[in-house]
Amino acid sequence: MIAREDPVERRDAPDGSALEVDALSFAYPDGTPSLRGLSLQVAPGEKVALIGPNGAGKSTLLLNLNGILRAQAGTVRVLGETLGEATVRSIRSKVGLLFSNPDDQLFSPSVMDDVAYGPLHMGLPRDEVLRRSEEALAAVGMQEYADRPPHRLSLGQKKRVAIATVLSMGTPILALDEPSANLDPLSRRELITLLDRLPLTILVATHDLAMVADLLPRSVLLDQGQVVADGPTRDILNDAALLGAHGLEPLSAHGHPHA
Amino acid sequence: MAAFAAVVERYEERESPLHRADARAKVPAAFLYILAVTTTREGDWWVLLTLAVPVVAATFVSRLGPWFVLRRTFLALPFVLVALPLLFTREGETFWTMPLTGWTASREGAEAVATILARSWIAVGVAALLVSTTTVVEILRALRTFRVPRILVATVFFAYRYFFVIGEEAQRMLRARDARSAALPGYRAGGSIRWRARVAGYMVGSLFVRSLDRSERVFAAMQARGYAGEPRFLDHPAFAPSQATWAALVVAYGWLVQAAARFA
Repeated sequence: MIAREDPVERRDAPDGSALEVDALSFAYPDGTPSLRGLSLQVAPGEKVALIGPNGAGKSTLLLNLNGILRAQAGTVRVLGETLGEATVRSIRSKVGLLFSNPDDQLFSPSVMDDVAYGPLHMGLPRDEVLRRSEEALAAVGMQEYADRPPHRLSLGQKKRVAIATVLSMGTPILALDEPSANLDPLSRRELITLLDRLPLTILVATHDLAMVADLLPRSVLLDQGQVVADGPTRDILNDAALLGAHGLEPLSAHGHPHA
Repeated sequence: MAAFAAVVERYEERESPLHRADARAKVPAAFLYILAVTTTREGDWWVLLTLAVPVVAATFVSRLGPWFVLRRTFLALPFVLVALPLLFTREGETFWTMPLTGWTASREGAEAVATILARSWIAVGVAALLVSTTTVVEILRALRTFRVPRILVATVFFAYRYFFVIGEEAQRMLRARDARSAALPGYRAGGSIRWRARVAGYMVGSLFVRSLDRSERVFAAMQARGYAGEPRFLDHPAFAPSQATWAALVVAYGWLVQAAARFA
């Protein structure tokens, strides 16, 4: 058998940023502004937290990264490619999006069908699709559930399958919306270990500051659609005044150890 | 997400006497007026015209704008297709023969189709005005006042309530699918039509399964709060006699026109 060159690795040689967001402004159709001239750069392999109060624009930003929402002004560049009408499908092969509710993401009668959706849509050959799907399920420890219907899984299992559906696409960048929400402590710990092991550029929008402290060395604090602070997680999470001013609580306030 | 509700929601908020009118007057008035319209005999053009006048007047009173109401009445047009065969099946004076098939259209048939079209158009106009100026909750409450079985009212109410929930759920699923619909250079993206159709089928199926699950959760939550089969409302506004007066006038107008056409 001839070794097949992985189609994702082939393109994955950027010199500059993995993600470049420049002066992005987005308002929802009802006129509510969500992002106001937001700029952000993420280097390849970086693991970044997006924190901030509800309505700060965290989820909106993630949805803008692979063209689910289109900003009215500003640009998004992914591995050197500018997001636009012509590039959106290609950019979706570079940015994998994990939605906060796994039920939105899983729609197939079996776990395997769902994990295979992404690679099948990309038109990969059947054996490649199977290989990737099995690898992705193994990465999240859900191989034994391949034939199960997703709606019969627990929330923690659904989350892991949802991550597998994105991993199978082989996107170099992963954007996750509230991945640890509503998970029991063990499932949450497993999720953090899993994300920590993935050699990808990762953006996580979350309120789970303990996870941020454990997993994500850099934090970007958003409020009202703008970047309020951007720096090492340790510095930002220790700035009680800054967190308090933007609807967050320092970890010590609810009994967690400091970063 | 709110976009879905904006498209489907029928109630249009305005400040007008028609909006302010009591649903317990509007619902029976609309129902009885529509009944009067539908009893119009074939070819009674003057009756149809006379019955259309209050609908046009109410359109202006409602401040919805004539275009808005007209657009909503187009909903009725597909149903008129059902009446089209009458054009060829009704016996009468032939005025046109369809090429190839040799079917003959009769003048009597054309008159029947035109009457059905006009009747349904006016009736749908009345219904469109009712649902555009009255919230669903008000309509359902009025139906309960007139002793419509509560199981029917409750079914309509929950269908309406969760229609939006399910619609938004479908929208989120489509969005999540889009996020995973990628293309690679050198590969043909999108898959076969058969496969895409199967995926769409999966989505409908899981939406159904989830709706079923949800209905069980909703019912359990309702029972936990003491639901015994009847939706309850916070306030019971008094019914003003003036409301009954104008409703009676509208209904009387409709039926008097019909009576005049027959006996005068």
